Parts: sequence; C-alpha cells; structure tokens
Amino acid sequence: MSYPSNSLLRVDDRIRKRNAAETRFKAYGITAIVIAVLALAVLLTSVLGSGLSAFRQTYLTVNVQLPEAKLDKSGVRDPAVMRKVTTIGYASLLRDGLLDTMQDAGITTQMSKKDVAKLISKEAPATVRNHVLANPEVIGTTMTFDLLAQGRIDGFFKGRVTLESAALDGNTSPEALMLAQELKEAGLLETRLNWDFLIAPDASDQRPEAAGLGVAILGSLYMMLVVLVLALPIGVASSIYLEEFAPKNRWTDLIEVNISNLAAVPSIVYGILGLAIFINFMELNQSSPLVGGLVLTLMTLPTIIISTRASLKSVPPSIRDAALGVGASKMQAVFHHVLPLAAPGILTGTIIGLAQALGETAPLLLIGMVAFVREYPAAFSPDAGLFGEASTALPVQIYNWTQRADPGFVERASGAIITLLVFLFIMNIIAIMLRRKFERRW
Amino acid sequence: MSLSLSVLLAIALSATAFLMAPRRALNLVSGDRRQLASLPKQFGLSAGLTVFLPAMLIALVGGLGGFSTTILPYIVIAVAVVALVVSVWQSRPDFIARNRAESLITLVLIAASGVAILTTVGIVMSMLFETTNFFQDYNWKDFFFSTEWSPNFRGDSALGILPLLWGTLYISFIALLFAVPIGLFAAIYLSEYAGPRLRSFAKPAIEILAGIPTIVYGLFALVTVGPFLRDYFATPMGFGQSASSVLTAGLVMGVMLIPFVSSLSDDIFNAVPQTLRDGSLGLGATNSETIRQVVVPAALPGIVGAVLLAASRAIGETMIVVLGAGAAARLSLNPFEAMTTVTVKIVSQLTGDTDFASPETLVAFALGLTLFVITLGLNVFALYIVRKYREQYE
Amino acid sequence: MLDHNRMDLEMHTQTKVKISAKDVQVHYGDTHAIKDVNVEIEDNAVTAFIGPSGCGKSTFLRCINRMNDTIDICRVQGDIRIDNEDIYDRRVDPVQLRAKVGMVFQKPNPFPKSIYDNVAYGPRIHGLANNKSEMDQIVERALRRGAIWDEVKDRLHAPGTGLSGGQQQRLCIARAVATEPQVLLMDEPCSALDPIATAQVEELISDLSKNYCVVIVTHSMQQAARVSQKTAFFHLGHLVEYGDTDKIFTNPEDPRTESYISGRIG
Ligand SMILES: Nc1ncnc2c1ncn2[C@@H]1O[C@H](COP(=O)(O)OP(=O)(O)O)[C@@H](O)[C@H]1O
Ligand SMILES: [Mg+2]
Repeated sequence: MSYPSNSLLRVDDRIRKRNAAETRFKAYGITAIVIAVLALAVLLTSVLGSGLSAFRQTYLTVNVQLPEAKLDKSGVRDPAVMRKVTTIGYASLLRDGLLDTMQDAGITTQMSKKDVAKLISKEAPATVRNHVLANPEVIGTTMTFDLLAQGRIDGFFKGRVTLESAALDGNTSPEALMLAQELKEAGLLETRLNWDFLIAPDASDQRPEAAGLGVAILGSLYMMLVVLVLALPIGVASSIYLEEFAPKNRWTDLIEVNISNLAAVPSIVYGILGLAIFINFMELNQSSPLVGGLVLTLMTLPTIIISTRASLKSVPPSIRDAALGVGASKMQAVFHHVLPLAAPGILTGTIIGLAQALGETAPLLLIGMVAFVREYPAAFSPDAGLFGEASTALPVQIYNWTQRADPGFVERASGAIITLLVFLFIMNIIAIMLRRKFERRW
Repeated sequence: MSLSLSVLLAIALSATAFLMAPRRALNLVSGDRRQLASLPKQFGLSAGLTVFLPAMLIALVGGLGGFSTTILPYIVIAVAVVALVVSVWQSRPDFIARNRAESLITLVLIAASGVAILTTVGIVMSMLFETTNFFQDYNWKDFFFSTEWSPNFRGDSALGILPLLWGTLYISFIALLFAVPIGLFAAIYLSEYAGPRLRSFAKPAIEILAGIPTIVYGLFALVTVGPFLRDYFATPMGFGQSASSVLTAGLVMGVMLIPFVSSLSDDIFNAVPQTLRDGSLGLGATNSETIRQVVVPAALPGIVGAVLLAASRAIGETMIVVLGAGAAARLSLNPFEAMTTVTVKIVSQLTGDTDFASPETLVAFALGLTLFVITLGLNVFALYIVRKYREQYE
Repeated sequence: MLDHNRMDLEMHTQTKVKISAKDVQVHYGDTHAIKDVNVEIEDNAVTAFIGPSGCGKSTFLRCINRMNDTIDICRVQGDIRIDNEDIYDRRVDPVQLRAKVGMVFQKPNPFPKSIYDNVAYGPRIHGLANNKSEMDQIVERALRRGAIWDEVKDRLHAPGTGLSGGQQQRLCIARAVATEPQVLLMDEPCSALDPIATAQVEELISDLSKNYCVVIVTHSMQQAARVSQKTAFFHLGHLVEYGDTDKIFTNPEDPRTESYISGRIG
C-alpha cells in the first residue's frame, strides 16, 4: 500500500533498515539474558544432579555376633581391656556376620570371603566398635546393625558405578555388584535418605561413603560468630564516624578511598595477611576458627561499612535536625534516632556480608583450614582458647573433597555445595524479608 | 597472671566504675537528679569508658608489640585501678559527664575507622617484609623477567613470574570477552526494554549468579565445563587432552562476572539523566539509536570503570582457576591447554609443608604483592573514573 | 452543540488545522491526569497552554508526539490526529511520528557531544544528508534558525554542555528544527533561563511560527500573551477554555480562567 509522501504510515527503505537494526539490537539483549539464565540453570542442575544423592546412603542389614571371648577377654567389662580390640578385630566379626546373614537368606556366591567382606565400608567396624564400647552390655549377644556399604556399592545404586566400570576397577568387581543386587532383592540392602552426611566428620580417602560435613558446618558456624561479633560493631562504629562525625578532609578522604579499595582487594590477599600476621606474628593456632573468623572479618568489614553508610545516608537530615532542635547532642541524635532508623538496612547489609564470608574459600586455604580434621572442635578449650581448636569450613571442605582421587567424593563435594547454597539461600531470604518489612520511603 | 585474665579484670573494674560513678554523684545531691549536670547514665558511661579504654589500649599495644608478658598484666590492672579511682572521684554533681562520655565514644568510633587503615597497612607490611626476604635469596630480575617457573624444593628453583602473569591475563581476557558483552546487553535489555514480567524473573536470576560462592563455580569448571570442552571441542579438534584449560577457567569466570558487569552497568546507565533519552527520542530516534548513540557514549567512562573493576576481579580470582585452569606454568596461545595463574601459585606455595626460610615459599609473598599492586592500580583508577562520572551527573 | 459546530466550521475556513484532539483521557496508573480534552490547533501559529502546575499541560503536550509511550504506567485514550491521520493508530511508528513532531524540553538537555554533533544527530539518524557538505549546510541552517549561529560558529566542535543555559536551550531548539519537523512542541522552554535568554528564545519562537505549528507550555501568562496567537487554559486535567490569546486575556468566558488570569488560582 502506498501513502502520500508526508503520511505517518509511509514506510521507506530507511525506516525499514532502522527497524531491522532495532530488532537486531533487541535480539542481542535477549540472547544475553538467555545465556545468563541458561548458565545459571546448567550450573544448578549440574550441582543438584550430582549432589542430591549425597543425602542418600546404602546400608547393609547384618546380624553380628558379639562374642565375649573376642571382645572382652577380662570378662568384667574393663574398658581398658575392651579398647585393646582394634577395628581389625571387629572387621572380621562383621565379615562373619555378613556371611551368616547371607547364608540365612539363602544367598550363595563364588566370591572369596575376603571379597565379600569388601561390600562393607571400611568405616563400619569403627562404628560398631564405638557402639560396643559405649554399650558394653551388648557383648555376648547377636545384634542387627545397619552397616554402611562400600562406596562403590553405594555408587552402583546411585548410577555412578556400572558393571562395565566395575570390571576395570580394583576396588570392586561385577560379581560384587551382582551380589549387592541380590542382597537388595532379599531386603538386606537398602539405599535410603540419611542425614549423617550433615553430621558425620570427614573420612579418609578410601571412604567417601562415610565422609560428612559435621566438622565443617561447626567450623563455619564458629567463624560466622566471630565475624558477626567483630565486624558488625566495628563496621557500624566506623560508618557512624565517617558518615556523621568525620570532618571532610584529606585524611577522611584517604580512609574512604581505602575502604572502597579494600572491598575490591582479591580475597586471597587477606589469606596472606592472616598467615603473616595472625599465624606467623601473633602465633594464633593454625586451622582455627578464630583465625579464619578474623581474616573473614577484615574481608567483610568494607562490605558492611559501605552498606551501613548507605543506610545512614538514606535517613533524611530533617530527622537529625529535629533531634538537635530539642537540644539533643549530635551523638544522641545519631544513637537515638538515626541508628534505629538505619538498623534494618544495616542488618541486611550485614547478613549479605556474612553470606559472602560463608562462601569464601581462598583465604582459608592459606591459614591451614584444608587440614584433615575428624574431631569436632570445641568452642572453648583451656589449651587452645576461644575457637582455637583445629577445624575446617564448609567451602574448604568442598575444595578438599575435589582434590581426592575417589570419584565418590565428587558426589560429596556437590552435596556439600547444596548444603552451602541452602544456608546462603536462607540468609538471603532473611535479608530480603527484612528489607521488605522495614522498607521505608521518605 | 595472664594477659587475658587481666583484661577480664579490667572489664570488671570498668563495670564497677559504670555502677559507682552515678551512685556517688546522686549521693552528693541526696538523690535529686535534677541537680546533676548530666544524666546519671552519662556519669556511668563516662566513668566506665575512662577505665576501659586506657586499659584496653595498653593491653592491645603491649600485647601486639611483644612487651614483657610478666609485667604487662599488672600494668593493665594498675592503670584500670587508677582510672577507676580518678573517674569516681571526678563524679561530682557539676561534672558535665555527657561531654566526657561523648568524646570517649568519638574516640572509639575513630579507632573503629582506623581498623580499615590498619588492614591496608597490615596487608602491605606483611607482604613487603617477606618479599624483601625473598629478594635477598632470589634475584629480582629473574623473578620479574624470567619466563620459566619450576619450583624445586631441593633448591635451585626457577621462579619467573611471566608465565603466571600470562596465564592470569589470558584467562581474565577470555572471561571479560565473555562477560562484558553479555553483562552489558543484559543490563541494557532489562533496564530499557524488558517488561515487568521478564524483569521480575531475569533480574533475580542474574543476581543469584552473583551470590554463588566461587568454590561452586570452581567445581562446575572441574566437573562439568572442563570435561565438556575437552570431549566436544579440544579432543575432536586436536587441540589437546586437558580438561583444565584457559578456556574452561575463562568461561566459568565469565559466567561469574556477568552479574558483576550487569549490575555495575545498570547503575551507570541509570545515572544517565532521563532528559537525555527524552531529547533523543523526541527527535525521532529509535530506542536502540538512543542507547547506542546517546546513552552508551554518555555512560562510557562509567562502563570503562566497570570493566576495569571486573578485570581486577578476574585477575584476583582464585578458586575457579585453582580448580579449572590447571597447575602447569606455560606460555602458550592454545586456549585448550592447561595454564596457571598467580593466585594458583600463591595457594600451592603456601599450603602443605611450608618453610618460611626457603625462596619457594617466600615467592608466594612476592606474587601476592605483585597481585595486590596490579589490582590496586586497576581499582584506584577505575573507582576514580566512576566517581568522576557520577559527579558529572549529580 | 450547534454553536460549537459552527465555530469549528469558521476556523476551518480561516486557517488550516494541524492537530486535532477529541475526547482525550490520560491516566497515570490510577491518577486521571487529562479529562475529556478536545482541541484543534492551527498550523503556522503559536498556541500556548497555560494553567496551574500539575494541571496536565505537559502530559497533554507529550501525547502529541507520543512521548508518553516511554512511561510504563501511562495510558492514553481518545483520538489525536495530525493532518487528519490518527497518531495512535497501531500502524503508526512513534519513532516516525517524533521525527515529524519535534520537542523542546523544560531543562536544556544537550547531548554530551559537540555542538555540531548535537545538531547533526537528528539529520543523521533520519538520513537527511548525503554527504558532509550537505550536513554542514543543514547544521548551519538549523543553528541560524535557532538564532545561535553567530555565537557558536567558531566553536562548532566544542561540547554543547559547555554553553550557557540560554545558549543550550537555543541549541536544543536548533537541534529540534534540524530534523525538519512540522510541529514543534515546547514544554516551558524558558523556565530555566534568565530574562535576557528568555527574551531571545521568545523572539525565536515568534520567528519559528512562520514555518511551523508551534505549541508551547508556559507558566508565565505574560509569555503566553507575548508569543502566542491562541491560548488554551487547563485546570485539574480539564481544558477549560480555548481561544484567541487576546480574547482569553481580556475577556475570558469561564470564571476559572478569569480568576487564574487575575492571579487567584495557581
Ligand atoms: N510520570 C508520571 N507518573 C505519574 N504521574 C504523573 C507523571 N507525570 C505527571 N503525573 C501526574 O499527572 C498530573 C499532571 O502532570 P503534568 O502534566 O506534569 O502537569 P503540568 O505540566 O501542567 O505541571 C499531575 O498530577 C502529576 O502528578
Ligand atoms: Mg509540566
């Protein structure tokens, strides 16, 4: 259709070209967003896909005889004597128990007894031993235990290990997997939901099935406490000074530039600082939540200061004037009026800073938190002081597991990431709710 | 007596002062608080802080300065006791406790702002100190100009930074190549085109990317992206067999930087006054013409600043490269090959068995200092540009 | 009703109607900003919109080149025609419309580019010049029309933001006329200017009305009286009275107009 030359509806070549350019430009924008969202989706599915199974575990139900002759030679339940029986002693009991249980269920196999015993996790004897030591009265009876299955068996039921891969694997064999399948059909083996992953301590290289996050979560919790107790008051105090009291001069300019730079310093540099100052110079304990907390405090401080100053700035000057007008001192105006009004913003910023600190890995590697720790750290001990006992932390535990050879640890690391992300998610939700609840428009 | 015990005692003394000072002042006016020059609370605060602050200062400075640990606790307590006596004695009705309390609080506030300065000083000092130690054992020219990196814990290592810097810059370059266009276009689309529905979904999604810890990206690189690139690109195309590679680390780091670039540029686009957009639209420009020819040029300094900040992020990033880039120091152009970075080597030289007398350990501090100087330079410059840019439109 | 029609007819016979609006309603979310506005605006004349602030003058002005499309919550209903073409027709591209209906804003808003590039921007995107020398001519002509050529001809490549407020506003007017619009909308173009700059811009506006249909929003009744031939008085979103400027200022019909003119509202 053609329109008169000055009609609004006339579309000439130039307009067509310009509209095409507009469409193209929009397409770039949509592509960019699709790529970003897709990256998020792939990232999350890849982590969830390989990590969710960490919250399920395969167990063997085994009747184990606990003969007094073997477990307590004294016969009077003397703990010192009972302790002499090592996990190796228990391992043979478990092997015999498994063989008996199989026999009762009518399951036969060509495999050697030693290979059958490999179905049981190397962690299981220690678990049974601890149980017996804690409850000496069970000696002399036959008890039914749910024993951790070996990592490869666990992996078989989670789809990670196949008959083909087992054929090439020194730690298991297709026969072992077939046997496990038979046990499952007989109701003696089960893969089920299990929270031990969140509670148990780390386990050694050969035992991914037993490795848990207990120590790491505790360590992270301690560090977050240290960060909260130090970074919040120091951050708020210095923000109040800079925002409300500091004269505008070269010195405060310097502090200001300094803080925005600190916020952008690579986190690993804080690790070097922690190593040099807190460990080498002040001789605080390596791997301790105290040092980790101090390093993360210094790292989080700029974030908290920046967000606190923004919240203080958003309180209108008229509030300060009103307080000063009735004869309050500047200090009173700030502490009685400005600070409470800015509190929700400060809290939100603090939570976000804490979330950042919770996920931070690099600086903790340098202060020795990669160590293999199986003991739950105490918050206070006379030897090590407050938060001074060796510990690890959630993100570092993840890193640690990625460095292990056994592929079972990939599942553990991904499961740990899910745990970490859940914590971060909760923290962010709290921050968002705080902001919603107290949002104020002036 | 231990220092921490004396600190606890000093705290108890200051609590005593906090309780006693107002009581004494009130007693002197037989309980009529209107005759006091300040509120009773202020008397307590003033006295409490008068006891607490000097004692803490001495404990902190003495403790950090390595002062004799046998005498120090007694000095701390002596100071606290004297301060207690003086402050309670001072608490007469006409004493303007509020002024004292407020000056002391101001001191506390100033001290708190000093922490940020001390942190910087601590960073610089700790690295400078060990770096000078390092350069006593190892020729600085070899460090800065040698193209070989092969530490050897039996001595005779080659510790040239160039291959590490190359890996760092190569990976950062790929990351920025990926993140800058995507971040910019995402920000533009979301702020200038997207309807509320898309915005309410895509904006949080991109923000979530920003909240994910780098260790998660690292694992993603190690388990998913690395093997994918190897199996579908590197191996079929004959570029190598390595899952860890410059491209793996660069791409994953790029994903990490997308929200950083997009939120920074979002702020920067928002600072461009609406009147400029109106001016252009009012002349019959299309949206994209307005953005490309008016908004982006006006925002250019800010965008350059944002890109520099992103570059500094990329250069200092650790976990993604530790898990995704590999450990081999190499000067190569092949992006499918494993290379290593400054941060990776800091981690590997400072974890495990470290011997603070050997150059193989100390080199980490020189690397750290180099990294710090580079990122500091980028940050100062970028923040300066962004600040100037903001002021222009205020 | 009949009366009204006859008036319409008379206007048609005398002068050409450029813009006609019927039953225009504008909402910002729940705010009803423009209520039932009907108006016919003549070509080659200056029409002034006056009224107390917040009464909807800018809103109505921005309807004429669909600048309101850029505000998410803004909804326009009714019928606005330019040269008898419905500008809110679905087939009309607002971008093309704005090339035809230029706009000058309250605050001078030169782009952070050179003076030359500011003026050349519109012609460039609309492809009005084939080469550099044509563009030079267009820029020069526009700057002359904007009555600012003599002041800037020696520094065409200096940034436009470096000019004084009055110069900036004339630059913006030059920028608007450079695209050869047929209608020129001006939203309080002098409110950010000092009296001398205002006088210069007013003179320019009178000049422009020889070639363009000019619509100007103004806060100052003196200004309306000085520059316009027609005046429309808006109040609380209604178009209260519209007619010859002389008549509105000497003998208004509506009591609200009268009290505004004599300074009781506003
Ligand atoms: N962008 C907007 N969003 C919401 N309400 C608006 C917007 N612009 C104008 N309004 C409202 O529309 C009414 C008319 O405004 P406006 O046209 O700017 O008045 P005038 O230019 O006559 O002073 C006012 O009540 C104003 O609050
Ligand atoms: Mg207006």
